[in-house]
Amino acid sequence: MTYYGGSDVKRKSKIKTKKSAADMAFDSVNLIFLGLFAIACIYPFYYILINSVSNNKLVELGKIVLLPKGIHFNNFSDVLKIQGLNHAVFISVARTVVGTCISILSCTVLGYAMTRQELWHRKFWYRFMIVTMYFGAGLIPGYLNIKRLGLMNTFGVYVVPCLIGPYNMILVKTYIESIPQSLEESALMDGAGYLTRLMRIIVPLSKPILATIVLFSVVGQWNAYMDTVLYTSGTRLQTLQSILYQYLNSSRQLAEMITKSGMVSEQMLMQSANLQSARHTMTMVTIIPILMVYPFIQRYYVKGVMIGAVKG
Amino acid sequence: MDTALTRAGKKRLKPGVRLFLGILPFIVAYAVFCYLPLTGWRYAFYDYKPGRQLSDCTFVGFRYFTSMFQNPVSRRELFRVLRNTVVMSSLNYLTSFLPMFLAILLNEVKNRRYRKFVQTVTTIPNFISWILVFAMATAMFSVESGAVNRMLREFGIIDKGLNILGTSDHVWLFMLLLQIWKGLGWSSVIYMAAINGIDQELYEAVAIDGGNRFQKIRYITIPGLLPTYVTLLIIGLGNFLNMGMEQFLVFQNAFNKDKVEILSLYTYNVGLVGNNISRGTAIGMMQSVIALLLLCTTNAVSGKVRDEKVF
Repeated sequence: MTYYGGSDVKRKSKIKTKKSAADMAFDSVNLIFLGLFAIACIYPFYYILINSVSNNKLVELGKIVLLPKGIHFNNFSDVLKIQGLNHAVFISVARTVVGTCISILSCTVLGYAMTRQELWHRKFWYRFMIVTMYFGAGLIPGYLNIKRLGLMNTFGVYVVPCLIGPYNMILVKTYIESIPQSLEESALMDGAGYLTRLMRIIVPLSKPILATIVLFSVVGQWNAYMDTVLYTSGTRLQTLQSILYQYLNSSRQLAEMITKSGMVSEQMLMQSANLQSARHTMTMVTIIPILMVYPFIQRYYVKGVMIGAVKG
Repeated sequence: MDTALTRAGKKRLKPGVRLFLGILPFIVAYAVFCYLPLTGWRYAFYDYKPGRQLSDCTFVGFRYFTSMFQNPVSRRELFRVLRNTVVMSSLNYLTSFLPMFLAILLNEVKNRRYRKFVQTVTTIPNFISWILVFAMATAMFSVESGAVNRMLREFGIIDKGLNILGTSDHVWLFMLLLQIWKGLGWSSVIYMAAINGIDQELYEAVAIDGGNRFQKIRYITIPGLLPTYVTLLIIGLGNFLNMGMEQFLVFQNAFNKDKVEILSLYTYNVGLVGNNISRGTAIGMMQSVIALLLLCTTNAVSGKVRDEKVF
């Protein structure tokens, strides 16, 4: 289970079967098909990357398709000058860091407590949390609730709801259950309280699952957009995602206006070219953090998915 | 004296209760964020105007619920939105075998490196936000500067750019394809893990009986994956109406709104954009209740089918 799809060692059967023509045909079609799908998945990323570092004029003319031309990195420094972008990056990073800490704290404590049979009304509280995965009051009551709590337009609205994470809680609980009981019992003999046992024994042994949850949470917080739309207004709490969306919409309209108006002056063309490059660059800035954590995600995700699947 | 008393009081508390006190703050958070909103359902029964106290508003009983069906305009709206939701959900359902299909194809690749490459690359889109998907869709499909439109024009297949993002034609299919693009690789991971769990001796047995690889797939791999597939299908049925609205919110515009407005997005548009809190609450409430019924049904069904309840 440490790595997915690594069964070929086992799969080599002793009996050698001759490769038939159908086999060969299947193999080649399969390889080509999978290759095409892989290209479809990765090409948009690549396209945006090469367009963000290529000569802006060539980008505007659509000449950058396979390889970057006239490589320069001015777009990145230009984009960072866009008003409010630095602040948005700060908000995005802050919510990712704080939110991840809060969700780790919550799911570790709750997950651990749910493994202790002596917990007061354990079954009830477990259901109490699980039900929230399937049933909610709905969008508007949730909105009114946040409003009543005074969380509207505060940074808290991004991070306080991270306390809720039934799915992660189940992952931690299931993982802790697989740790031998005797380890905790020996600490109990030494008179260690719950907190000591959790911090000294359970947490160090649960590192893989906690790493998985950290990654999921980082990705989730970085990508979050709905809470910005629902619970904040103005630019003070804008995240990178929301500023990108805004920019995409306005720049597309502007670009189409320029091309449709027909009077393509040099200055307009320049503006349009820069707009497109800026769009690509901003998209790239938003993707980079995800691509940076992705190798780590890959190392852990199957574990997370499998435990989650077992528990439904 | 005081501390001695509290210490003595603490000693008398059972460990289970002490542990409970430790997690109480988190339990309170669940109550506040997941259960307290239920009290907001009462807004559906008042003629609420934003900015006023609820107690100053008139109580209208079930008017918002009945008007949804009786008023011809809102009935048409509701049916349109329900149609969109059901169509999108059904399309998801019809294509739900694809992750299993991809996993089987991947498993047939002998070259380990190639397989890993395809898997790594196809999983990435799952981890980017819908905003970024939108950014990429814009880069690929926008009328003048989209890469796909440019390429098609270059090869002379079309002479005017296709406005895929700004039309209601085939928008369901487009949304579905985006969902598949984003989620297929990731969804197949679970089936890859399930394939690894299949007993290798079964394959050897088929080989001894002279079965070829297609027969191995047909008689061993697919039956081995079906339980996982059915489980996911059942869980999915419980969430039939609860499709996430983010994709549709991001992609909606004046041209395609008629067809991409699904139930949750409609609730948002009515309640928060249109500022009709009471009506939005009523619609959301119906959705929650139907979802609960669906969940109970599927839970009972899954209890019968696979002796395991979802919760």
